[in-house]
This record gives sequence, structure tokens and C-alpha cells, in this order.
Amino acid sequence: MKLNREEVLHIARLARVGITEEEIDKFSRQLSDILENFEVLSQVDTDGIPPTAQPNMLHTIIKEDRANPSLGREQALANAPAREGEFFKIRPVLEK
Amino acid sequence: MNQLENLTISQAHQLLKKREFSSVELTGAYIDRVEKVENHIQALVTQTAEVAMQQAARADERIAKDDIGPLTGIPGIIKDVICTKGIRTTCSSKMLENFIPPYNAAVIERLEAAGMVMMGKANMDEFAMGSSNENSAFFPTRNPWDITRVPGGSSGGSAASVAAGEALYSLGSDTGGSIRLPASFCNLVGLKPTYGRVSRYGLVAFASSLDQIGPFARTVTDAAMVFSTIAGFDERDSTSVNQRIENFTDHLDGDIRGMKIGVPKEYFVEGMQPGVKQSIEDAIRNLEQLGAIVDRSASLPSTPYALAVYYILAPSEASANLARYDGVKYGYAYPDSENMWEVMEKTREFGFGPEVKRRIMLGTYALSAGYYDAYYLKAQKVRTIICREFSTAFEKYDALVAPTAPCIAFKMGEKLDDPMQMYLTDVCTLPINIAGIPAISIPAGFSEGMPVGLQIMAKPFNEDALFRIGYAYEQSTDWHKQRPSLPI
Repeated sequence: MKLNREEVLHIARLARVGITEEEIDKFSRQLSDILENFEVLSQVDTDGIPPTAQPNMLHTIIKEDRANPSLGREQALANAPAREGEFFKIRPVLEK
Repeated sequence: MNQLENLTISQAHQLLKKREFSSVELTGAYIDRVEKVENHIQALVTQTAEVAMQQAARADERIAKDDIGPLTGIPGIIKDVICTKGIRTTCSSKMLENFIPPYNAAVIERLEAAGMVMMGKANMDEFAMGSSNENSAFFPTRNPWDITRVPGGSSGGSAASVAAGEALYSLGSDTGGSIRLPASFCNLVGLKPTYGRVSRYGLVAFASSLDQIGPFARTVTDAAMVFSTIAGFDERDSTSVNQRIENFTDHLDGDIRGMKIGVPKEYFVEGMQPGVKQSIEDAIRNLEQLGAIVDRSASLPSTPYALAVYYILAPSEASANLARYDGVKYGYAYPDSENMWEVMEKTREFGFGPEVKRRIMLGTYALSAGYYDAYYLKAQKVRTIICREFSTAFEKYDALVAPTAPCIAFKMGEKLDDPMQMYLTDVCTLPINIAGIPAISIPAGFSEGMPVGLQIMAKPFNEDALFRIGYAYEQSTDWHKQRPSLPI
């Protein structure tokens, strides 16, 4: 599996990661190399084998829905890159 | 106070108990040691000497009342991926360079209750992605055994700091070998517990179905003590398993006669360094002499597929977990744009380093429409096969032994430009995370003057077997007593 320039840009867009011109070439080469190594998996017969999402899952954990102390507003906002009053401040989502 | 940097936890505990020295004195000596060695090895992102002295004073108050546990007043170091309330937690990433957690991770709560003295936060590969510590956004940590070589990763700072005598133990996290590999490269004991044993609450997530926190220490006994302290059920981690926690040090009697140990042949991979192979074969003979019944024809046939499975699953989970870094709630945010999408893309462009971007993109690709079945779902199915092979093996054997890594610590820069070569360093440790079983790396000799690690694996929740075998082996050698000589 070779990843071309357009595919690399498409993936970067899906992941919302900006990449430089230089990175497009580098990632195209490196990701293709890595994907080539994944092809061994096609040799494995997985007919009738269920997928495992995580090991040791003994049972579904259910807990009582009860109110607990949580972070205060100031604590929750303490690491905000930008805030206004009691809110996280972000750029407009819907443009006029 | 001479040679305090070589003490084990057990020794320091006895000396604190007998009032030979106080925790404040011990901690002061370790702060001096950090000052001496830190510029050579660069293991710490943040030094917390002031906090350490306060905690030491509190520990001394407890000790004065004979309220002393194995870790009370003992200096330790925490990987910078574990949240510490009020103390910067960076994941060695520009993204979190100024992040101050508003809460403690579960393991920190447990260590504080036990009387921890925290010396600092350890450097690591950015977001725990890497095998050499060179992916830190700040600076690379060096191997105390040879400062031109890497300490291993991703918990390289946690390993180098203990190996250099900056603390008596440390915590790391292990997603594909990130504790065991650096333990092997730095001549330490490193434990990856069973998935679900140690709460992940407050561990910054990399790949949630693979991540576990575990200890680094100088001896098996010390590692067992730290593990006993941090393990246990926590309802805030929905994958935490409610299994009885024993005092794991109770079973360390050195008797492994009659224990059945398998040596899976697939772990002796092509390209393994002869010196490493030699050390591991010697260690296996040693286990036989101690009375273990060793079967060299054990087999886990799907081992060669583990690398591909891991590098599909871990980046897929990472791409989802790291979606939270969007420049809104915390972390770095690109300041110079009024467009929301541009802010997000630039935040992630400048906030993440190359390896993190590479893995996010790899995971995004594996999960994207049209490729999900071929990559992600296929990898999950092969994961099932790998898990089943381990289960079958553990019906026959009490434990499996293998090398921790196919090589000794490599030179800095050697594998930096070739991600695939770097990934291959983890070939012997990845299958363990895929199956969620526990494994330990213990010092097993030297090759070209650099440490070699023996990896022991057991069935889920059977860390006891790892400690029992590890301890018996350790008592029959003096590898764990060797210390690096730093140019100080």
C-alpha cells in the first residue's frame, strides 16, 4: 500500500493536523513503509474469529448514578488558553 | 552520607525504621545527587525538591509515631504522563508544556497515602510514543551506562533517573514495552502489571486498551513493594479489575523447584544480537539449575504478527484519544488566527512532534472509511488469536521467559530517521500488552558493557509468579548490584 501526496493530505485533514510541504513527502514515504509491514496480517486466517477490543474484560462495569464532588469552575478553567468570564473562549464556529 | 544513592528501598526502609537517618536527611542526599548527575543524563522535566522536602518532613513525623510503611519517606520519581495536582504534567510535549493538573492520578493518591517523597517528573518520549526517549519535545535523556546511548523508551527518564541514583524507585507507563525496554537498557527491574491491575485514572491516555502503569526499581523485592502499593480496584477506571491484592513480597523465598517454564522460540528473532542471546541462554540455564523445569520448545506461533497488530491498534486508539488536544480546554493553542479550523490544525501542527503526528495519521488512516475492516478489525481479530495462544501456553507453563529486547541500548540518533527500525526494538514486548498479561524485565547480564534484560511473563493476575522466579534468579546472580559509573 503506497500513500500518495493527496492521500496524506486527506488523512491530515481528517485528523485536523496541519503538516508542512516537507512533512507531506516524509510521511508519504514513512507511512507507506509502515503500511507495507502490515500486509503480513493478510496471511492470517481470521474466519470465525471474533475481534478483541481489550483484554481481561470480565464483565460490563455498571455503577450507581449518584452525584459526587467534581472540579469547581475556576479549577476547570485554570488551564484554558483563553477565557471570558466563566467561559472557555473560542473562535466563531458559525460564520456570518 | 556515603553511597546513599545505591540503597534499595528495603535497605532504606530498615535504616529509616532504626532511625539511622531521617527521611529529610535521605531526601537531602538525593537532592544533592540529582544536582550532580542531572546535567549528564537529563532524566527530569521538572524537579520538585521543595515538595520532596515537605513530604520528607511529613514522613518523619509519621515515622516518629512508628507509622511507617515500606515506601514511607522513600524518594521516588514519577513519569510525566501521570497527573500530579498542582505540579506541571507535560507528557514531554509542547502541547502540555504549561499544563497543571487540577487532580492527582489514582497512583499518586496511593503513593501519597503511603508516604511518598517525590523528587521530580521524568522525561519521556512525547505522549509515551517511542522507544528511545529521543521523541521528547524538550531534550533527550541519556543512558547512565553510556551517555552516548539511549536509555530506551518511552519511560526513559524514569529508568535513567533510578539507574543514576536520583531516586530509589520510579513509576512508568507501558503500552508496548515502555517500562520493560528501558529497564532492560538501564539494568533495572521493570514491571508491566496485568491490564486492569493498576488504575489508569489520571494517566494521560495513549492507547487505552494497552496502557498500564508500573514500577522501576533496583531489585525484584523493591518492585513488588511499589506494585503492592499502587495496585488495586478503582471505580474511576472502568477497566479496573477487582482482584485481591496480596502482599507480593511474602512469596519471595527463592524456591522455584518444579516450576514449569516455557521458552517461546519465536522470541529469538532474526537479527537478535549474539551477546543478548548468550546472556538469555545463560539465564535460562541458571533457572534450570535452580530447579525449574524448562521447555525450550514452547511456541506462540502468531508472535510475528504482533508488531503489525500493535502498530495498527495503538495508533488507532491514540488518534481518538489525542483528538482532545484542540486548543480549547487546556494546552497549547495557536494564537494567530480567527478561523476555528485553522486554529485547530495549527494548534496540532505546532503542538505535536513528528512521531505523534505520524501515529495520529496512521491511526486515522486505519480507522477511516474503506480501510477499517482491512486494518483495524483485522488487527482486533489477530489480537484474539494472540490472546488464545498465551492462554493455551499458560495451561502448560507457570511462566514464559524470553529476552526483553533483541538488542542492547543503541546509540543516540541511530534509529531516529527510520520509524520502522525503531518499532522493531519492541518486538519482544508488544505481544504482552496485546494479551494484557503481566511481564517483568530483570537484569540478566551485560553485552559490550551494556545491560541485558530477561523478560518473564505469566498469566493474568499472576504477578506473584514473576516475582517468585525473578527473585530466585536475582539471588543467584549479582547483575542487579552493578551500578553505572557516571563522569562526576
